[in-house]
Amino acid sequence: MNNKVRNNKAWWLILPMLLLVAFSAIIPLMTVVNYSVQDVFDAQTRYFTGTEWFVQMLNDPTLQSALGRQFAFSLTILAIEVPLGIGIALLMPKKGWQASAILILVTLPLLIPWNVVGSIWQIFTRGDIGLMGWSLRELGYSYNITRSPLDAWITIVIMDVWHWTPLIALLCYSGLRAIPEAYYQAARIDRASRWAIFRYIQLPKLTNVLVIGILLRFMHSFMIYAEPFVLTGGGPGSSTTFLSQALAIMATAQFDVGPSAAFSLIYFLIILLVSWVFYTAIMNMQKDKKDGGA
Amino acid sequence: MAEIALKSLAHSYLANPGSPEDYAIREMTHVWQQGGAYALLGPSGCGKSTLLNIISGLLEPSSGEVLFDGQVVNALPPEERNIAQVFQFPVIYDTMTVYDNLAFPLRNVGTPADKVHERVLEVADVLDLTPQLKRKAKNLSADEKQKVSMGRGLVRDDVSAILFDEPLTVIDPQLKWKLRRKLKEIHQRFNITMVYVTHDQLEASTFADKIAVMYEGQVVQFGTPRELFERPAHTFVGYFIGSPGMNLFDVRVRDGEVIADDTVIPVGRGIHDAVARARSNNVRLGIRPEFVEVHGTPVEAGIEAVVEDVQDLGTYSILSLRLGDIALKARIDEDSPVPSKSAYIRFPDEWVGLYVDEFRVEIDHE
Repeated sequence: MNNKVRNNKAWWLILPMLLLVAFSAIIPLMTVVNYSVQDVFDAQTRYFTGTEWFVQMLNDPTLQSALGRQFAFSLTILAIEVPLGIGIALLMPKKGWQASAILILVTLPLLIPWNVVGSIWQIFTRGDIGLMGWSLRELGYSYNITRSPLDAWITIVIMDVWHWTPLIALLCYSGLRAIPEAYYQAARIDRASRWAIFRYIQLPKLTNVLVIGILLRFMHSFMIYAEPFVLTGGGPGSSTTFLSQALAIMATAQFDVGPSAAFSLIYFLIILLVSWVFYTAIMNMQKDKKDGGA
Repeated sequence: MAEIALKSLAHSYLANPGSPEDYAIREMTHVWQQGGAYALLGPSGCGKSTLLNIISGLLEPSSGEVLFDGQVVNALPPEERNIAQVFQFPVIYDTMTVYDNLAFPLRNVGTPADKVHERVLEVADVLDLTPQLKRKAKNLSADEKQKVSMGRGLVRDDVSAILFDEPLTVIDPQLKWKLRRKLKEIHQRFNITMVYVTHDQLEASTFADKIAVMYEGQVVQFGTPRELFERPAHTFVGYFIGSPGMNLFDVRVRDGEVIADDTVIPVGRGIHDAVARARSNNVRLGIRPEFVEVHGTPVEAGIEAVVEDVQDLGTYSILSLRLGDIALKARIDEDSPVPSKSAYIRFPDEWVGLYVDEFRVEIDHE
């Protein structure tokens, strides 16, 4: 083993990639790290603060409650969008012109920009001219997203479900199409029930696309900004002020760059941690148990 | 366990089939007896898999009936036909262990757990899967996965038949031989009707007692490997079975003699009369390379042929001969002398077959 010729020149080949990543991610991130450990007064005056901002941010009740809302929101939309997306994918026709037509219809919401989605729903929910707002009022429900936190919450959840369930549905649809016909034939020969086919063939074959879908939806929803900002402005009160909006207020309106930088890093680490734990847990499920077999 | 009969069965993938070419399966009547080991042999696209899927119920035939023990099962879905099928590529349930995979067909019909356990262990033992039982099926090698697929068929002790659709395609050559032996063993042990689809004649003849050769949607011959070799019922069987395939050449009768491309072929009266009676433009004689008599020196009733090539295959040689425009192959044992330029050949009457419009015509040798 030791008589191999060692040549490490190939490391140079990763240099272009390293430069690219440096400019696209590492350097911008390091400036944030830089701010997070200093108190900046003006271009000349700055003090090193160490972990002070981090401690302060973690104890900030406004941010704590925004974080709580954020988790509640992400979990709620995942709990709705994932089963709904799988269900839609299972119902979508497999071939013919119907398949193309449905595919286009399902994809449409994905093509709408975030703040436009917010505007659409803002008009949609208005009590005087909005179809949904007006209809609900006519039906006798005093629907008002600027007054009732519950109405605002439910509306934002429905909006996100409407906007992003298609992503899960599309991913699952492609995953389902990739299952060879022989699996379904074998299942019929094995006398499997419809549920067993879903549980033991379709769902396992969807694992990989679902991991991608859930991670994307988690990251996306955890960073949600434009839609609630346009629809409710974070209100009523702060009932729909999610994390990125709270952060934006601090960083741009109050210009507290040090604390916001510290909080940005915490924010980033939370997303990274949750994604990593989720991914590792799913991948571990597919391995053999330690005690079994070879 | 059951006898499987096909009655005037035909199938087309087209909505309105017209000519015979539109049919994947042309009208046929055929019986697979209970407990037999059968092979369905034919080239790709001849309708083998279609036929298998019709038997298992995955496909509904365009016309005709499928009978299990005399009962018409056309309307029954595969779930109710109680049949097992193993596919070309292994189908395993990814998230389950090998044990759960094998138990799946039994659990689906609510078999008691102790019965499931007993059957799974028995089948795992037969297929040498016992050490793998606790592993996830997903992490097995291709041949182990295929054994799991087969195991799911074998685990049901009440199946009418097990159908194999080229199950050894993905398996390494050495393992192929082992698994084929295993199947044979299983067949003897459980006495289940087995139908094995393949395009490999060696696979078919080692596995099956009787082989059905399919060609263009028809079963052209159904017989033992020996019958297929010695008396091919169709020119396709002659060509497809054996290596190299049967020699076939056009013949006609002129002045009381059988002529092939201006060469007189000395044959018996029976063959002569049969050729003379044939009312067709497609009349051919066929003889296997193994049965062509080759001599280095002129012999009585020997036809002189030009030796074009000799292929030494170790224990025997294949001679490429030319008789006018006709190319012939002859097989000679390694210790026989190999003629260098011209050879004198004879066609023994009992090994010569007459084919009119591709089908064999039996000859009455006096």
